[in-house]
Amino acid sequence: MIPNDVILRSVTKAAIVIIFTFSIYLFFGGHHNPGGGFIGGLSVASGLVLLYLSFDIETVSKNIPVDFKKVAAFGVLLALLTGMSSLFVGKPFLNQTFGYFELPIFGKTELATAVLFDVGVALAVIGTAVTIILSISEDG
Amino acid sequence: MTFLPFIFAILIPFIYKLCGQKIHTGWFVVLVPLSLFLYFLQYIPLIASGHTVKENIPWMPSLNINITTYMDGLALIFGILITGVGTLVVLYSIYYMSKKREALHNFYVYMLLFMGAMLGLVFSDNILVLYVFWELTSISSFLLIAYWYQRQNSRYGAQKSMMITIFGGLAMLSGFIMLSIVTDTYSIREMLSKLQVISEHSLFLPAMILLLLGAFTKSAQFPFSIWLPDAMEAPTPISAYLHSATMVKAGIYLVARFTPVFGGTSEWFWIVTGVGLITLFYGSISAVNQKDLKALLAYSTISQLGLIMCLLGLGSASLYFGKGDETVVYAYAVLAAMFHLINHSTFKGSLFMVIGIIDHETGTRDIRKLGGLMSLMPISFTLTIIGSFAMAGIPPFNGFLSKEMFFTSVLTAAEHSVFGFKTLSHFIPFIAWVASVFTFIYCMIIVFKTFMGKHQPEKIDKIAKEAPIGKLIPPSILACLVIVIFFVPNVISKNFLQPALHAILPGITINKIEATIKPWHGWNTELLMTIGVVVAGFIMYKLLRRWLFLYDIYPKALTLNHLYNASLLGSEKISFKVTERYMTESIRDYLVYIFGFMIIILGSAIWLSKGYVINVANDSEINMYEAGIIVALVISAVTVFLSKSRLTAVVALGALGYLVSLLFVIFRAPDLALTQLVVETVTAALFLLCFYYLPELRKEKTRIKFKLTNMIISLGVGTIVTILALGANNHRLFASISGFFEDSYTLAGAKNIVNAILVDFRGLDTMLEILVLCIAGLGIYTLIKVQLAGRGKE
Repeated sequence: MIPNDVILRSVTKAAIVIIFTFSIYLFFGGHHNPGGGFIGGLSVASGLVLLYLSFDIETVSKNIPVDFKKVAAFGVLLALLTGMSSLFVGKPFLNQTFGYFELPIFGKTELATAVLFDVGVALAVIGTAVTIILSISEDG
Repeated sequence: MTFLPFIFAILIPFIYKLCGQKIHTGWFVVLVPLSLFLYFLQYIPLIASGHTVKENIPWMPSLNINITTYMDGLALIFGILITGVGTLVVLYSIYYMSKKREALHNFYVYMLLFMGAMLGLVFSDNILVLYVFWELTSISSFLLIAYWYQRQNSRYGAQKSMMITIFGGLAMLSGFIMLSIVTDTYSIREMLSKLQVISEHSLFLPAMILLLLGAFTKSAQFPFSIWLPDAMEAPTPISAYLHSATMVKAGIYLVARFTPVFGGTSEWFWIVTGVGLITLFYGSISAVNQKDLKALLAYSTISQLGLIMCLLGLGSASLYFGKGDETVVYAYAVLAAMFHLINHSTFKGSLFMVIGIIDHETGTRDIRKLGGLMSLMPISFTLTIIGSFAMAGIPPFNGFLSKEMFFTSVLTAAEHSVFGFKTLSHFIPFIAWVASVFTFIYCMIIVFKTFMGKHQPEKIDKIAKEAPIGKLIPPSILACLVIVIFFVPNVISKNFLQPALHAILPGITINKIEATIKPWHGWNTELLMTIGVVVAGFIMYKLLRRWLFLYDIYPKALTLNHLYNASLLGSEKISFKVTERYMTESIRDYLVYIFGFMIIILGSAIWLSKGYVINVANDSEINMYEAGIIVALVISAVTVFLSKSRLTAVVALGALGYLVSLLFVIFRAPDLALTQLVVETVTAALFLLCFYYLPELRKEKTRIKFKLTNMIISLGVGTIVTILALGANNHRLFASISGFFEDSYTLAGAKNIVNAILVDFRGLDTMLEILVLCIAGLGIYTLIKVQLAGRGKE
């Protein structure tokens, strides 16, 4: 890899925290503000790409031992399962519901099944994006 | 009963496997036509007394397609011919086809299939069922012609007959469908009760011509006769059965069966009579020049079928007259047609069998090699004389009677001319007479070139000797019939011909005296004509060598066979060329087609629906930011296709993408803007990747080549889409449904409408889209990782 990329690596270490935090914000904020599963997932993927750029693919893979193909498949499966779950309570496929609960720390919070579906979307996006980039780079 | 042959066809292979080595399979097969023959015989008195038999087996009742069998005089004649000649042919084939060398199970399965189909054809009342059996005869005939499929000529003949008869069959089917549209029924019986409707309908003529196409192709009428001589590659029992006695008469049957429907009109009269006469003339003249005995018989069959067809055409005129003297004299032609039909089956069947014997015993059918067989094969000689002289129309054989009746009919046509063709109808007897002279000549050739003259043992492979008795029995029976019919023609007339007449010309009766066939009329014109035929024919036969060269003058390029082959080859060539012209294997061309058609279809649709009217009154105003971005967009778009290097194009494309996301920002779509930004970045990176890995060779850093078609097409598509978009904006018919989604907070608990729509209201789309994404990712992974083809080369 590139020698003497101390600055890049240091900046990455600091920036990655911000990127991931922002991605999580985009993801959870998606319900009421711009953002959501797709953009959240893409920005996580871009954070991962930054990691791959500044460090080595092997190094990153050692620290994040995840098969992203499986992540993508799991995302699709999760989206499908949340859709299926509404069938068990006698509602049509993909019927989302929501409610308001008192939680210990957050106070009155809105919880929606749509968020679970969004998690599926985000995982599928992350998995696919990273799979594509990794396979292309390994080919070179 | 009709299904008996089909059932037996299923059993034949088992029988063949069980005892095919010990007993000839034909002995089991012969039971089928024999029992059917006896079964049909018992109906003769019933039918002769004017009754008909009708049975119905439901097949597709909801569509009114049922297997309805209807037996009247016409069907019974055919039924008895099919089973009777069938019995004899199977008997003959037992001695003809070798038990050891031939695939007998195939042979008899095809044959039984044909027999069943033919019986189904003549007894069907439902036209669609009739068509099914009609095609089944074509298919089984195809299989039988190519029985020796290892020979190229067999395959050629089979293909030719298939092409022509199936062409006719399909034409006939469309004729049938037209008829059923007109009459609203599939039953021939019921059609007859709606004659008025049919004759006044505009589909009358098309239906008639299409139906006749079917009949003419099947019955080898001019110019569809060319398949019959090539069908002679079939085993001789098949030629005797299919191509002389039964299948080729299916067309005759069809014409006779539909005479009550179409007959009595001038079109039917002239088409059927005319085609029949031309076929008669063409067949008899072509037969004289043949060197192969079977080909000679094929042409003679063509000519005899033309004769029958011509008689049927003449007879149809009696429906026009309805009552009176003319009716009866014209109806006499139908009587003659049916009589000759029976006679032809007898003598032609026996002739084919005899030629099969000669073929087997001498090893050749070439008349140039044969000769002097009279003393070697006396029985065959006798049979040939009977058959040939019957065909030539010489007493005391049945051919004489039907030929006399034929002359009577054509003379009638000349006297009582109908449908306005007064001068033309005077030619009919003349043409008929000339054709008869040629018929006489080729009959003489069959007899004298084969059996008289000098025997040439050095030219033939085998030592000629008389055939075994089993082979001689079937033709002998037929030959006996030839003579018996001459002496007792009125038995045939009373039991077969008159009931058939009732079926062909319903409502017209010939009284007994008229229908009586007399061998001796006294010295009338017909007899003089026959004597003239014999004299002229004999003289011309003697001088055969002097004028046979005339045939060589006729150019080969104008023969029907040549035309058929050339058109087949030509259409193959042309279609290949046309396909080659537009299937260029270049995606660029295909895109030109696709976009070209898109422009034409969309453009004409917009033009016709007045969609080009654009109303800008309801559009919102354009502000400065929008205008600025649009200008930037245009600049970057133009840069893309004017750029010299690919890198510039990639960067300009990226700029285009970012500008679009800016547009999203201005139009207040933050989610879209975010996504567009990220996605554009990724695609630009991927483009750069592709750019980096382009092969070293042929690196083009030039500008895109200018092509006029491409410019026209792209400008056209752009214009069309622009007009379409602007025009569609003008045609808003309903209020938008977006008001519903604005309530998303109460409905889905989400303040972000876009996200609520994506995951809640229209979650299914999102689910499938992430599936698409996932598949794309896996696809790229497999494309890169799994390089089986590449690995093999390394």
